Amino acid sequence: MSFALETHGLTKNFGALTVSNEIDFRLERGARHALIGPNGAGKTTFVNLVTGALEPSAGRILIDGTDVTALSQAQRVKRGLARTFQINTLFRGLSVIENVCLAIGERLGVAANFYRPAGSRRDVVEAAYAALERLGLADDAMRPVRELPYGRQRLVELAVALGLEPKVLLLDEPAAGVPSAESGIIIDVIESLPQEIALLIIEHDMDLVFRLARRITVLVQGAILVEGTPEAIAADPRVREVYLGERAPA
Amino acid sequence: MTSDTLDRRAAPAVEAMLRRHRLRPAEALPWLLAVAAYFIFPDYLALGSQILANILFALSLDLILGYAGIVTLGHAAFFGVGAYAAGLLAAHGWGEPISGLILAGVAAAIIGLASGAIILRTRALTLLMLTLMIAVMLQEAANKAGDVTGGADGLQGMNVWPLLGLFHFDLYYHTAYVYCLAVLFLFWLAARRIVHSPFGRALTGIRESEARMHAIGSPVFLRRLTIYTVAAGFAGVAGALVAQTTQFVGLEVLSFERSGAVVIMLIVGGVGRLYGPFIGVPLYMILQDRFAQADPVYWDFWIGLLLVLVVVFARGGILGVAERLLRRFGGTA
Repeated sequence: MSFALETHGLTKNFGALTVSNEIDFRLERGARHALIGPNGAGKTTFVNLVTGALEPSAGRILIDGTDVTALSQAQRVKRGLARTFQINTLFRGLSVIENVCLAIGERLGVAANFYRPAGSRRDVVEAAYAALERLGLADDAMRPVRELPYGRQRLVELAVALGLEPKVLLLDEPAAGVPSAESGIIIDVIESLPQEIALLIIEHDMDLVFRLARRITVLVQGAILVEGTPEAIAADPRVREVYLGERAPA
Repeated sequence: MTSDTLDRRAAPAVEAMLRRHRLRPAEALPWLLAVAAYFIFPDYLALGSQILANILFALSLDLILGYAGIVTLGHAAFFGVGAYAAGLLAAHGWGEPISGLILAGVAAAIIGLASGAIILRTRALTLLMLTLMIAVMLQEAANKAGDVTGGADGLQGMNVWPLLGLFHFDLYYHTAYVYCLAVLFLFWLAARRIVHSPFGRALTGIRESEARMHAIGSPVFLRRLTIYTVAAGFAGVAGALVAQTTQFVGLEVLSFERSGAVVIMLIVGGVGRLYGPFIGVPLYMILQDRFAQADPVYWDFWIGLLLVLVVVFARGGILGVAERLLRRFGGTA
């Protein structure tokens, strides 16, 4: 049986600095998995290696049992891998609905067409609008993304990624930069995502992690320290020591 | 009942997206003016032809700069290749203008594809320098190949045949003006198709965020190379128009000044709107013509002053200002 996402011996060196050290990681289908670790543990590097934004120094990446290590970012997306960014990375000058339309257009393979008007694809526009309605963004559909408050933009991040109908979704600190009063909406949205999407949540916020994750991997200095259920991780003395900054009682 | 209300609420955003590519009455304005100019200013058709050809040149730049966000200071490379291709054909026994125009466009597109395949792997300042270098290298090559191009003296002996076998390119530029206008109109239609297509929308995505385009599965390099090639072809056609209608090609067609001037004309008019060239190019070229007569030595200064004013007070060019005014005083633009 294959996993939604696997890495084998995934390693990244920047010169003499090893930021990812032989990471063997498995994400099950439909997983609710969190990747945590202190600042500089190499969490975002791991995401960039998996998505193909960075080339690994060694190791392999498999999506659905297929080796994608040699594939470009775009080709990995076509295999069902989508991500959101820690810092909003959107088409700021374009309308909210256009942001989602671009993603859906890519998924449906219409984006290479340079003759027929984009407006002739009612299916793309209606799918985008439906996605916005699900996330409560419909009223802002025609506004440029840059005019939205940051928290709303975080939802657009999710809407764009969901427009790709991914099998594996990497959420890089989905609530980062959002006032805690508003982060509840984002958590609600993530909780209501379809079960068949395998979620990997990279997070700092422990409340969010323990609310969403059924499995947790702890990354320290580029290597996996421990993996287990939230209860096991919370109780693990090594985690308390290196991550939570507490010395375990002797 | 519930789904009905939903549908009615859905209507504005969805319908607006589905209507965006429809022609609006205002879009007829530049064409009406261009036709009117033919009758109102019969003594200025030489300048008018040059303006029309340069609008096409600036339009080709808008495709890559305004839509795909590729900043270039060497766009004259493709204008020049087109001009020399059309010029050499007409100087060596093939003066049929329309086929010459197409061949010139193809030649420029090939150069665009070949150079783009190399330089579009870079970004920002590196890319800017490389676009500049390609144009400089081509100009120097044309200079060295004096046997073929005429070097600094320019290409002599062009003989352009009558348009469609019927209309001679007359001294008063009647044929030239109509020819340039018809060609510009056809390529404007094509450019308009492109920017409203899913491919054109993907280009604006690349301009707004390349990282996000990668993350939604777009082959960014391929998209950039495609539009760079298309724009090079358009620029080549513009160069060919100038060569055929003036029956002369000089090294200046490949010059840095021309690359820079087209960027200025586009920015003054407005970038990424498809209509910026229709405002910026006539304004720049008519002012240049007037200033050059009033102040033959220092006319550059006045052009420079205009540019400073636009950059400081009119972000988004003249069209950008017009859009903001319309929004403030008239609701929807």
